[in-house]
Amino acid sequence: MDAKFWLLQVFNGISYGALLFLLGSGLSLIFGVMRIVNLAHGSYFLLGSYVGLTVIWTTGSWLLAIPVAALAIAVVGLLVERVFLRAVGSDPLRQVLLTFGFALLFQQAALDIWGGNNLEINPPAMLTRSVVVAGLHLPVYRIFMLALASAIGLALWLGLDRTRAGATVRATVDDAQMARGVGIDTSRVSMLIFALGALLAGLGGVIGGAFLGVYPGLDFDILPLAFAVVIIGGMGSLGGAAIGAVVVGLVDNFGKVLFPQISYFTLYAPLVLLLAAKPTGLFGRE
Amino acid sequence: MLTALALLLAVAVVTPHTTPFLLLLVTRILILAILAMSLDLLLGFTGIASLGHAAFLGLGAYLTAILAVRYEFGLSWDFGLVILFGSLLGAATAAVFGLFALRASGVYFLMITLALSQCVWGLAYRWDALTGGDNGLNLPGRPVLGPIQLGNDAAYFYVVFAFFAVSLLALYVLVESPFGKSLVGIREHEVRMRILGYNTWLHKYIAFIISGAFGGLAGVLWAQVSGQVSPDNVTLTTSVDALLMVVLGGPGTLLGGVLGAGIVLFLREYLSTLVPWWQYVLGGMYVLTIFYLPDGVLGTLRQRRKAAGAPAVGLAPRPVRSEELRINEGGIE
Repeated sequence: MDAKFWLLQVFNGISYGALLFLLGSGLSLIFGVMRIVNLAHGSYFLLGSYVGLTVIWTTGSWLLAIPVAALAIAVVGLLVERVFLRAVGSDPLRQVLLTFGFALLFQQAALDIWGGNNLEINPPAMLTRSVVVAGLHLPVYRIFMLALASAIGLALWLGLDRTRAGATVRATVDDAQMARGVGIDTSRVSMLIFALGALLAGLGGVIGGAFLGVYPGLDFDILPLAFAVVIIGGMGSLGGAAIGAVVVGLVDNFGKVLFPQISYFTLYAPLVLLLAAKPTGLFGRE
Repeated sequence: MLTALALLLAVAVVTPHTTPFLLLLVTRILILAILAMSLDLLLGFTGIASLGHAAFLGLGAYLTAILAVRYEFGLSWDFGLVILFGSLLGAATAAVFGLFALRASGVYFLMITLALSQCVWGLAYRWDALTGGDNGLNLPGRPVLGPIQLGNDAAYFYVVFAFFAVSLLALYVLVESPFGKSLVGIREHEVRMRILGYNTWLHKYIAFIISGAFGGLAGVLWAQVSGQVSPDNVTLTTSVDALLMVVLGGPGTLLGGVLGAGIVLFLREYLSTLVPWWQYVLGGMYVLTIFYLPDGVLGTLRQRRKAAGAPAVGLAPRPVRSEELRINEGGIE
């Protein structure tokens, strides 16, 4: 276990974190803007993978699968938000039960449509090689995930920070009531943010499908990790989600390498301590 | 209330004479009813929604399994000790968890209890040497109490029913007591209770510990009913199912938990053998309960009877009205 091994583990952790960022940033925004606990977020991720697969099967194009799946899931999210979540209001218990119900419905629907076998998304051959960087053999796909997540993160940040639309979102996160007082249509902001969150999750699903596989149960496997990202990063903070994702990726990876017997414990126990000290998460605002 | 008790008694008498499948199903329902009632204490009476209740079930179950498999303990009269240890473990864990969790409220409490139960799940899943990892543990068979073989499903049913009845009685006495009334006061308006001089944190903490104890008890019984324990018992799904059982049955009614457990298990274990689309029904049930039955079945029944002027239904003095089942948004306590 020399320096190269550790560097490789760091790289693995960060690249996994890239995937988690796509998943967690959407959840964080949804919580920040709408204060909604979305237990169906893992389902959006999985559905993204499945829709991506269908696109690949019908058109043979992996590149096309990415935007199509992302948009499809955005539409699903939009419908759920419009028709159901709006009616449930701000009580977290009801949100939990409602979104969990949808998670179950989506899970069964996915099983009925795509079957129960483990499937795989195969990216183009160019991305399945590995390159040698500073003596380390790095899979190109992981580098791709890092690059894509960074690009999306940058785009999101620029959008939130530099555009007027982004300002309205940030205003809604900070204080929805005041935002309404200033004339911002917060319900439209909520709708769009939910759709964006679902889009990011779906996108993560297509990208992650090549990495994690596509199988029934992935939705609930990945959901607690998404929450871990949001918990660390703070609900509603994009930068926090990025940091949270990297931390979760690294802790998860190193936990499995160093303490395989208690690897999830090493992730969730510090989370508990963090939440006990700061319930809104590291960078969260209340 | 009398009708409810009569029904329960009827269940106790009739069930052993039905099919073996139904016997095991009702046994499972009664065990999860204990879990649901313990969560009802937290949710329905104190107003705290926990997303990590499966942890207590899992701890009780794994304790039983580990003692039975690795130490051959709990296979005869010492099963009584296992029950005691399971409840104590649940209580002790709740005591530790509560210290962290009760610093938050509302959605943050949900997050922290989720993280806590994921800690337990993580240990169950990864600590192969102790817990068997993903394979879980297979128990060597139910205890033998002298001439009574608990391997006989009917005998085990009676044991479970006895514990269920004791739990129900204990929880009923608790919620009717001044302590229980203070919990309801905290649910209604915590700040007012504090102004009146109540140590609300301590009340919530004790409620949390008691609920953990009953959860552990349910876990011990659960391990022996199927003879197998695996990390699936400790997942988020189990915790949310428990929440649904309470909400569907009627939060704040105790017996609602029994009804909720009955409905959820009926769907998961009986309907699933009949039709392939049962999970749509379960998912739909989650969704529709929120919109159409926010007080749960028993809660809605009680509202109707109250409106009609009839005496109260169920065991607790007052159900939770949907507007009141609002978890206080807070942050740091």
